Amino acid sequence: MPSLPDMNTPEVADLARREADAHPAHPTVPQPDAGQEALFETLLRIGDSTLILGHRVSEWCGHSPALEEDIALANVALDLIGQTQLWLGLAGEVEGQGRSADDLAYLRDAWDFRNLLICERPNGDFGHTLMRQFLFDAWHHELLKGLAASSDPRVAEIAAKAGKEVAYHLERSSDLVVRLGDGTEESHRRMQEALDALWPYTGEMFLGDDKDADMAARGIAPDPASLRAGWDETLRHVLTEATLQIPEGDFAHKGGKQGIHTEHLGYILAEMQFLQRAYPGASW
Amino acid sequence: MYAQLVKSEGTKTREEMTPEELAFQERIDRGEKIEPKEWMPEGYRKTLIRQIGQHAHSEIVGQLPEGNWITRAPTLERKAILLAKVQDEAGHGLYLYSAAETLGVSRDELMELLHAGKMKYSSIFNYPTLTWADMGAVGWLVDGAAIMNQVPLQRTSYGPYSRAMIRICKEESFHQRQGYAIMMKMAQGTPAQKRMAQDALNRLWYPALMMFGPSDKDSVHSAQSMAWKIKMNTNDELRQKFVDQTVPQAEYLGLTVPDPNLKWNEEKGGYDFSEPDWSEFYDVLAGNGPCNKDRLGARVKAWEDGAWFREGLMAHAEKAAARRAQAAE
Amino acid sequence: MSKEWPLWEVFIRGQHGLNHRHVGSLHAPDAEMAIMNARDVYTRRNEGVSIWVVPSAQITASSPSDKGPLFEPSNSKVYRHPTFFDIPEEVGHM
Ligand SMILES: [Fe+2]
Ligand SMILES: [Fe+2]
Ligand SMILES: [Fe+2]
Repeated sequence: MPSLPDMNTPEVADLARREADAHPAHPTVPQPDAGQEALFETLLRIGDSTLILGHRVSEWCGHSPALEEDIALANVALDLIGQTQLWLGLAGEVEGQGRSADDLAYLRDAWDFRNLLICERPNGDFGHTLMRQFLFDAWHHELLKGLAASSDPRVAEIAAKAGKEVAYHLERSSDLVVRLGDGTEESHRRMQEALDALWPYTGEMFLGDDKDADMAARGIAPDPASLRAGWDETLRHVLTEATLQIPEGDFAHKGGKQGIHTEHLGYILAEMQFLQRAYPGASW
Repeated sequence: MYAQLVKSEGTKTREEMTPEELAFQERIDRGEKIEPKEWMPEGYRKTLIRQIGQHAHSEIVGQLPEGNWITRAPTLERKAILLAKVQDEAGHGLYLYSAAETLGVSRDELMELLHAGKMKYSSIFNYPTLTWADMGAVGWLVDGAAIMNQVPLQRTSYGPYSRAMIRICKEESFHQRQGYAIMMKMAQGTPAQKRMAQDALNRLWYPALMMFGPSDKDSVHSAQSMAWKIKMNTNDELRQKFVDQTVPQAEYLGLTVPDPNLKWNEEKGGYDFSEPDWSEFYDVLAGNGPCNKDRLGARVKAWEDGAWFREGLMAHAEKAAARRAQAAE
Repeated sequence: MSKEWPLWEVFIRGQHGLNHRHVGSLHAPDAEMAIMNARDVYTRRNEGVSIWVVPSAQITASSPSDKGPLFEPSNSKVYRHPTFFDIPEEVGHM
């Protein structure tokens, strides 16, 4: 392979140095202590998940198969957006850099997002959306039960409020999964396909890292693995009634909680953040 | 309005009316409400189905231009407000379809008529929403114009329609106010935001005036509908009222209404203003507005893609009922 | 056209202690879903504490021509209304 001498000329190196001097890197910001950082991270994981899923669900508004469903699904999206405001609001407070929930939602790039990958999966057909909602709700419900007992009262308070909303989300999505699974041949097939397609995105919900371990040790958030039993129980119950097969495999796509996302998130953000990015500093 | 150019059936004079028809008209004149299953002239029933159906279609097609910005709303709060607003419109559609159903037509039938292009929806929703300021202008002008029409319709003679309008009007005032709040932010914002706000007003002003429909002071259809109290004011009356209410609101925002002929007329106690381009209005009604194909296409797609879902739920309900019946034996 | 979801009438108790009141209708495949849909459609602004749904087809209504015979007799029983009785003001609120 021929070398690329012009990339390495002293002039270029010099140019780069001068350019770098003209634009100093961001002044070093004071780092919160490790414990606060883990809490910040945990709050992003929850708040980003509700944000991105709420965004996805809101895409249905005006396009659902029946007016009643359109209204019901918008209620779910509204709850999730409301919860996002609380979780990201608290995240900003914990971070202590003066960032608001909106700053966090609209001014971070994909690699700083911490949502579960399942939340950013495209909507697919209505059955796919409902199955994603059910799998998420069943986990979300367990998570909030754990968070409601948090040693951090701010976390416990938000979880208690969100928990009531999510209990209803789960009731509704379970019901629809049962009905469509045990409906027509076509609805059954579509629900099974959705379950199979989404299954590899569920394992991530229960994978912990050192930040999760730290949160669990301090009683702030439950250990992700501990949510599995309750989730499994809900799934067994609902999917059996729905006459759907729980997939065998246990392969899990992961990375969302660490900021390594699917290609879809970039497009969600490009759309969601458009105005804030195109008109920096404007107030809306 | 949301129901533009609704053809009225029958335009009889009192002398031509049968005793039944006359008694019916007298009930309406006394301000009585007509309730489902009561005797009514066939023309009254048909006209109402057409009008309420068109109104309902307008609500759900009207979700689309605003729905266009839900995923791009600039803050979490704006996103929630807009989503709640567009969701309300689905509710309005639902209430109105229910009112129409009391007249012996099913919601699915009305949907099919919409999708086949055999029933119309308001011309306004065939215009695009191009910037965020359009979310302000639509709430302010389009919901504002709709309210002008809907407030008097709360007193309409048909009970279910009147009750639907009462519920809708309660929800509508939030719509117009959230729109105006967006406009205030924009008008007081950066130069780019002000430009967006003015641009939105420029594009939506005349389409908003068209919402009231062409002048109908000489229309026999309108006269009949007014006699039946399913139309409460002439199109011109409502348009005038709308202009008189809206111009000071535009002034407050520091925006210019795009009409060089706009002038306060002391004598009539209202503004003189330019007529919209009615040839454009008829083009839009004929299907040639900027978004007709997209709007109807989106509704048809939602309906067709959702068929398996509606059928699946119905099949389950029937299975479950059969199982319950068997268990009871 | 496939089979349409049936129509339901929705009644909501706005506050504890009050009667259920008819608020409107909606479509749903069965009663359970009608209740859920009613919650989503008719209580978006905290309007209710309890919901009833009834299949619209199951409602039996008095026929409008009965209006005379059904309701007019009670017109004559004016004594059923509290304003029928004159109570002296000194007695206080009653
Ligand atoms: Fe509306
Ligand atoms: Fe509205
Ligand atoms: Fe409306």
